[in-house]
Amino acid sequence: MKLQLIILALALAMPGAPSAQEALDRAVTPEEKGRAIAVEAEKRYDGFGDSVVDLSMTLSNEEGRERTRRLTWKTLEVDLPGAGDKSLTIFHEPRDIEGTAFLTHTHTDRDDDQWLYLPSLKRVKRIASANKSSAFVGSEFAYEDLLSDEVEKFDFLWLRDEACGEWQCHVVQRVPRYRDSGYSRQVSWIDQVDFRPMRIDYYDHKSRLLKSLEFEDYRLYRDRFWRSHQMRMNNVLTRKQTTLIFGNFEFSSGLNDRDFDPSALRQLR
Amino acid sequence: MASAEPPDVSGFLGIEPRVFLNEPAFAEQPGSGLSPSAVIAPELRTDWNDAEDQLTVSLFARFDGDDENRTHWDIREAYWRHDRGSWSWLVGVNRVFWGVTESRHLVDVVNQTDLVEDIDEEDKLGQPMISVEYWGPETGSIALYVMPGFRERTFPAADARLRGPLPVDVDNAEYESSARDRRVDWALRWSRTLGNWDLGWSGFYGTGREPLLIPRTDTSGNLFLVPRYEVIGQLGADIQYTKDAWLWKLEAIGRRGHGSPFVAVVAGFEFTIYGFGNTSSDLGLLAEYLYDGRDDSAPPTFYDSAWFGGVRWSLNDVQDTTVLAGALVDDSGSIAIVEAARRMGESWKVALEARLFVNVDVQNLYLAGYRKDSYLTLSISKYL
Repeated sequence: MKLQLIILALALAMPGAPSAQEALDRAVTPEEKGRAIAVEAEKRYDGFGDSVVDLSMTLSNEEGRERTRRLTWKTLEVDLPGAGDKSLTIFHEPRDIEGTAFLTHTHTDRDDDQWLYLPSLKRVKRIASANKSSAFVGSEFAYEDLLSDEVEKFDFLWLRDEACGEWQCHVVQRVPRYRDSGYSRQVSWIDQVDFRPMRIDYYDHKSRLLKSLEFEDYRLYRDRFWRSHQMRMNNVLTRKQTTLIFGNFEFSSGLNDRDFDPSALRQLR
Repeated sequence: MASAEPPDVSGFLGIEPRVFLNEPAFAEQPGSGLSPSAVIAPELRTDWNDAEDQLTVSLFARFDGDDENRTHWDIREAYWRHDRGSWSWLVGVNRVFWGVTESRHLVDVVNQTDLVEDIDEEDKLGQPMISVEYWGPETGSIALYVMPGFRERTFPAADARLRGPLPVDVDNAEYESSARDRRVDWALRWSRTLGNWDLGWSGFYGTGREPLLIPRTDTSGNLFLVPRYEVIGQLGADIQYTKDAWLWKLEAIGRRGHGSPFVAVVAGFEFTIYGFGNTSSDLGLLAEYLYDGRDDSAPPTFYDSAWFGGVRWSLNDVQDTTVLAGALVDDSGSIAIVEAARRMGESWKVALEARLFVNVDVQNLYLAGYRKDSYLTLSISKYL
């Protein structure tokens, strides 16, 4: 009896996080529903602590000529109010930019902080974060496409549910709230079971469809984290394409804030 | 014993032919023909103990067709580093860069300039050192450098271009310190990021890397210069404020030991237009003001009161094409520079550099010797 009371009291005090379905059911407006889907997708993605992955980035032009870059991507999850994840990319190829590194501290309440490391000069350079719409090393990815897409950085709108390949997807529009975005809006397809992004369409400021990103080859880590191992960005206007192919993700490898401090860049090489 | 990974080999080799655009200022210098030059710069890196221990060797050698002093080699880096928790130890030869500005690197005093490489003073000789760095999330980075062994500045040969108004006798340098090049020099740096601010404070006590150039005459009455290295103390600050597309930059030093104590400052901005002209390229606009308060008994400088303006165009294309054009302007002479670089294929790089000396007053001690030395360098490099 006493035990039951305690359990009841605990249950009342801590109702527990609502399931994804409850949050979706509770959402009344399309805006609330769109945001609830994005929050759930972020929740499913997060919790990995830190990750390290090697990847290749293949750029192909309209004639099909290909150029490949190789890089290592490190991410540190940050759970502080106003702060987003920290991310570090280190280039291995092409060889003339070997050791060049790009560090980002994302923020949800202000502009991101970014540093570039130039190994030939051993120089760490803080760079402006207004470069969001610029091409990342000549690829079809803009900086804003690759940096952590925190929920706080967008306004959402649920559009519809529909089939997407072999899955059923939520189709959610998101409009960047940050400055200097190259997009008027993005439309994302998120699967209804695991809340993984399957596709994102990017619209420019003239509302033209500019690019389309497809996520393929999802693999499950630790029974919990789904990661796409092939991301293909198609530029609809230029017909150029960039494909990211990821190796195995390594989670919780013990990275900490020091590894993502600008002063650590010059120790990379 | 854990199996070690094979060392990572990188670096480049290349040819760098250079053409001087004018006939020389001094009879003993070569004419305006092609001046051949070649470079090799291999690097080797390995680590063990989960990358807590790292070994790096980076070598540099140049073979120059016209300047016997420019034909030289150097150990740019050869060190062992050990990282443990908040601490990092380094023993060996290393290069260290401090600073934020583009036209002059005032606070950057650890390494000696390899002047035969380029008069822009951005090429540095490897410096023997023992350093220890502490990092804390609130503290930032604090690094102490103990530097046994001084490196003398390189100078072009007497019969080479870009040598200055008088030949420099690099074999008979003089020192203020009786320990000469064995004096142990010290440096300390504290740097951290605070929101939009990147802050660095530095101190140096030891034999200054800039030499005085003392005129002497040889037995047959010819004038030449002898480098003299004095002991200096220097405090420096380098500060950058980054907001939107703007970078605001300041470097300032106070130095004693080179004539009367003096202050020098470089301050300016870099503003970038992203997606310039409806392309995917970026256009950066740079402007800096340079002031240097040193007196005539200090090593001469071009930067006593000068302006720098420049544009940097990054095409953001597959070949990473960049073009930089700029000018350092002083009322007694100016230096203009244009650099363009582009990757070819997967591992080749082609760069073209032009440096022009414009309206040089022969009274300008620093520039007078360069007034006929405007040049064009093409470099073709293969990366390993």
